[in-house]
Amino acid sequence: MVSPRYQTAFKLYPYKKVPDQDDSPARHPVVIIGAGPVGLALALDLGMRGTPALILDDHEGPGLGSKAICFAKRTLDIATRLGAGQQMVEKGIVWNVGKVFHRSDKIFEFNLLPEAGHRNPAFINLQQPYFEKFLHDAIRDARQHGAPIEVRGMNRVTSVCPSDDHVLLDVETPDGSYQIKADWLIACDGARSPTRDMLGLTFDGRVFEDNFLIADVRMKADFPTERWFWFEPPFEGAGQSALLHKQPDDIWRIDFQLGWEIDREKELHPDRVRARVDAMLSSQTGAVPAYELEWTSIYTFQCRRMEAFRHGRVFFAGDSAHQVSPFGARGANSGVQDAENLAWKLDLVLKGVADEALLQSYAHEREFGADENILNSSRATDFMTPKSENSQIFRDAVLEMASRAPFGQAFVNSGRLSVPCIYDDFPLFGPDALDGPARTRPGAACPDAPVGNGFLLDHLTGHFVLLVLGGDEPPPVSAFGITTAVMHLAEVSPELAERYLGAAKQAVYLIRPDQHIVARWPTFDADAVARCIALALGKDTS
Amino acid sequence: MTLNLNPNINDADGFYQELLAVHDGLSKAESDALNARLILVLANHIGDRTVLREALEAAK
Ligand SMILES: Cc1cc2nc3c(=O)[nH]c(=O)nc-3n(C[C@H](O)[C@H](O)[C@H](O)COP(=O)(O)OP(=O)(O)OC[C@H]3O[C@@H](n4cnc5c(N)ncnc54)[C@H](O)[C@@H]3O)c2cc1C
Repeated sequence: MVSPRYQTAFKLYPYKKVPDQDDSPARHPVVIIGAGPVGLALALDLGMRGTPALILDDHEGPGLGSKAICFAKRTLDIATRLGAGQQMVEKGIVWNVGKVFHRSDKIFEFNLLPEAGHRNPAFINLQQPYFEKFLHDAIRDARQHGAPIEVRGMNRVTSVCPSDDHVLLDVETPDGSYQIKADWLIACDGARSPTRDMLGLTFDGRVFEDNFLIADVRMKADFPTERWFWFEPPFEGAGQSALLHKQPDDIWRIDFQLGWEIDREKELHPDRVRARVDAMLSSQTGAVPAYELEWTSIYTFQCRRMEAFRHGRVFFAGDSAHQVSPFGARGANSGVQDAENLAWKLDLVLKGVADEALLQSYAHEREFGADENILNSSRATDFMTPKSENSQIFRDAVLEMASRAPFGQAFVNSGRLSVPCIYDDFPLFGPDALDGPARTRPGAACPDAPVGNGFLLDHLTGHFVLLVLGGDEPPPVSAFGITTAVMHLAEVSPELAERYLGAAKQAVYLIRPDQHIVARWPTFDADAVARCIALALGKDTS
Repeated sequence: MTLNLNPNINDADGFYQELLAVHDGLSKAESDALNARLILVLANHIGDRTVLREALEAAK
């Protein structure tokens, strides 16, 4: 028996009995626990590279209820490479205008004016179940093209037993239990990660003593597609802050920050929720539009991470490894970056191109990413909930100055949108020999730019790429089992020049499979490129 | 640039008087709020993170 722990929004991977169950334990190169955004992205990335990936999930589809809605450009760029980005952007909502209120006053309004020349918007609002569905659709498509990906629903992992050359799993299904041996195990099993518990590992950090009431309401009213954020909202019982923004299907996400000492049951009573929502929705127009409550829940948030994301043959990715408060939308967004960081490394190790040493860099790089996300998310939380009299005074001073002068707006922090971290000075990245723009220095994820009728990232399809701007077309470089693709552009669009050349006339970039820049030079030097390939593979060539 | 800790204000007495005068008639809470706004305004004007860090240190 596998009793459900939550309701699902819809079925994506219904339970089916498989031969493994009668012929146990079968051995698999990669087993992923959890078909959330992170597990799905990882399996898809591996499968598209031809490396078999098996996901075990104890439900049959994404959970129902209010979870992630804000997906950032980097995530969309990754999803685009994986074949799911277009569906997400088409379904998602793009907004640019935000209004910030303090009590009853609007203190300022902003327009994000996203930078031009990118395939994907700065972010979209999209309900998490859709995000998961589009990834799963892409898995189905990839499978039809031969990608060896399998998702087993109603398969609950109940024990994890690591040994030197494999990990042994006990899996419960509606037809009883069976065992699986995995060469590598990736725990994408969420914030409550049973794998973490089964291995006796800790998950320490900071709990924010605050409760957030989250209401998703369905409203047909002609409300502007804007993000509204209140500090100290003036409505009855609204708490310390409130947020309103739009999702697809006429759904609006409303958050109320209620404080710590609350009676959860009472606060979730529909009359009480409706009273708050009425007050908010009527605050600007005086009239309450017609709406229905779709889903309400109360959350508390924490910022914490595991000390190490790798334990031998077991890796942790996504919420199982790190958890942040949702201000800045860094949960799923950073988890998808974990997945893409791990996928190409695991693939090259399983194919014998890279040594196991490469895998350690996953933990090193993504632990750093998690720290950056936790830092940003803690700062936002501290701004929104001043913890001392003095921080309250400064917070209010910022809000006051924001209504008087543009500089004040820069301090107002209701969450900074997730952007990928830059692996400055990390061991797998090479020299910056170009006098080029800072945003494309080694360690950075490639920003998009127009190329011909399409975009740069369309050409960075998950392999090592030499991007050559100007000059002559060099031959591909083959070293250490890798042959780079070469993308030579004699003509460089103004955006590409601004983002990749700066003052330089020409440039050569070596780019990793996850679209992070390894090194860059003013001119082509085959030996230098080969050395950096070794570096990027974690080879000890000394 | 480094933080200037030498006299730098023309007519220091005059400025000091103006500084006190903006607080005239304010409650403690209003004065605290004004001071905080003033720090933000000045800090933004300076801008340079090194100078600001030195200023935080110097004021400790
Ligand atoms: C209110 C709210 C708002 C949020 N907003 C945003 C946002 O705007 N943007 C953003 O990026 N993030 C946001 N997040 C965070 C985001 O939802 C998570 O970061 C994301 O779901 C993590 O994905 P995951 O794949 O790591 O884990 P999960 O989505 O938790 O998936 C884990 C999966 O593992 C399965 N599983 C667990 N145990 C077992 C087992 N023993 N055997 C088999 N399967 C198992 C679970 O059933 C589940 O399917 C928000 C979260 C909340 C709560």
